[in-house]
Amino acid sequence: MSNEGQRDIPGMFAGLAATTKRDLLLAWKRPGDVLNPLFFFAMVCTLFPLAVGPSAEQLEFSGPGVLWVAALLATLLSLNALFISDFEDGSLDQFLVSPQPLPMLVLGKTLAHWLTSGLPLVFVSPILAITYRMPLSVVGVMMLTLALGTVSLSLLGSIGAALTVGLHRGTALLSLLILPLAMPIMILGANAVSLAATNDIYSTGIWALGAYAIASLSLAPYATAAALRISNE
Amino acid sequence: MTHKLSGDNLTLIRGERCLFQELSFALESGSLLILEGRNGCGKTSLIRAIAGMLSLEEGAVYWDDVPVEKVRQTFHGSLVWLAHRTGLKGDLTLVENLGFERSLRAHSTQDPEEVYERLGISRLKKLVLRSLSAGQQRRVALARMLLSNVPLWFMDEPFTNLDREGRVLVMELVEEHCSRGGMCVMAAHQDVEINVPTTRVKIQ
Repeated sequence: MSNEGQRDIPGMFAGLAATTKRDLLLAWKRPGDVLNPLFFFAMVCTLFPLAVGPSAEQLEFSGPGVLWVAALLATLLSLNALFISDFEDGSLDQFLVSPQPLPMLVLGKTLAHWLTSGLPLVFVSPILAITYRMPLSVVGVMMLTLALGTVSLSLLGSIGAALTVGLHRGTALLSLLILPLAMPIMILGANAVSLAATNDIYSTGIWALGAYAIASLSLAPYATAAALRISNE
Repeated sequence: MTHKLSGDNLTLIRGERCLFQELSFALESGSLLILEGRNGCGKTSLIRAIAGMLSLEEGAVYWDDVPVEKVRQTFHGSLVWLAHRTGLKGDLTLVENLGFERSLRAHSTQDPEEVYERLGISRLKKLVLRSLSAGQQRRVALARMLLSNVPLWFMDEPFTNLDREGRVLVMELVEEHCSRGGMCVMAAHQDVEINVPTTRVKIQ
């Protein structure tokens, strides 16, 4: 029986794939958790023009900023739930004592989070951009910045979610922890879209967002894994 | 191949309170370690510390005479964990839950159907876990344990929520596991009598 078992441990990519698959399946079974942040995003973006007035000039000017602020807040809203249920039902303990590298399992969870929160935002944003009279060429730039930015937000947010998982009602704390790291993403993203709208060179912002995404992809899983070990003591 | 799990001089302080100090134990293949004590005396903390989830103030746990921090993957690849919080997802079915577990650690070649039959959960396969009773969920967690192919079982209060037959079944399973050369660490407040070589550690 057992004693030959060691070499049958599935590889680390199997762990990553299985965690992603499990979280996607859970999201599929509870669509409300996925739709809530998306609904929030859509609400903020549609209410804003109603409040400031329909002047075309004003909408074109404020569009990128509003979309980006709403995207940032919607992502923060969804991050709270990232590890809570795993913490409460004991899945986190199972992760901690599994032979799989914890950063890989965490990366799997974060990937599933991005697929169910960041990616839908990217796809919904063009519809909302129309409200702000954004030209099509700029819509493409906006989608690209949102895609890169939400990757970083999911990854950075996972660190905050891991740090606050043991505290009940860590919502405000999570936002406070993450905002300083998330601010540059929002500024770069909104700025790149604004520059594209005025036909200026915007590629610098895209490169910076890409670099930010790569840096978080390579560092955040380790930080999150370490934070989970501390929170679960 | 036999294994050895030992703890040397373990001390754990939580907040102001010292839960245990200078506690040592040794466990070999084929035997059972029972951690005993009153409610709230630190059984769960001790079993979590041995499994490597809590860091100790002093002392170290050894797997085959090597400190577990140095062989974390091998050690965690050799154990399966069963506790009060089962780690199963309420929104997924039994098969989906156990399917996920297969990707985490080595699994046995045993036919899952036989295991479900033995645990009396074969007719619950298509139901989501949320709709099962606490005892039935416990049995699903036991199925995970049986289907994983590892020598070391960690059981924190394995008898909670189980009926009398369930408790007898758990004792049988532990006995079989140990007689096949496995080993088991169990935290329990009830009297446990299992017919295998047993070491008892009492926490004051």
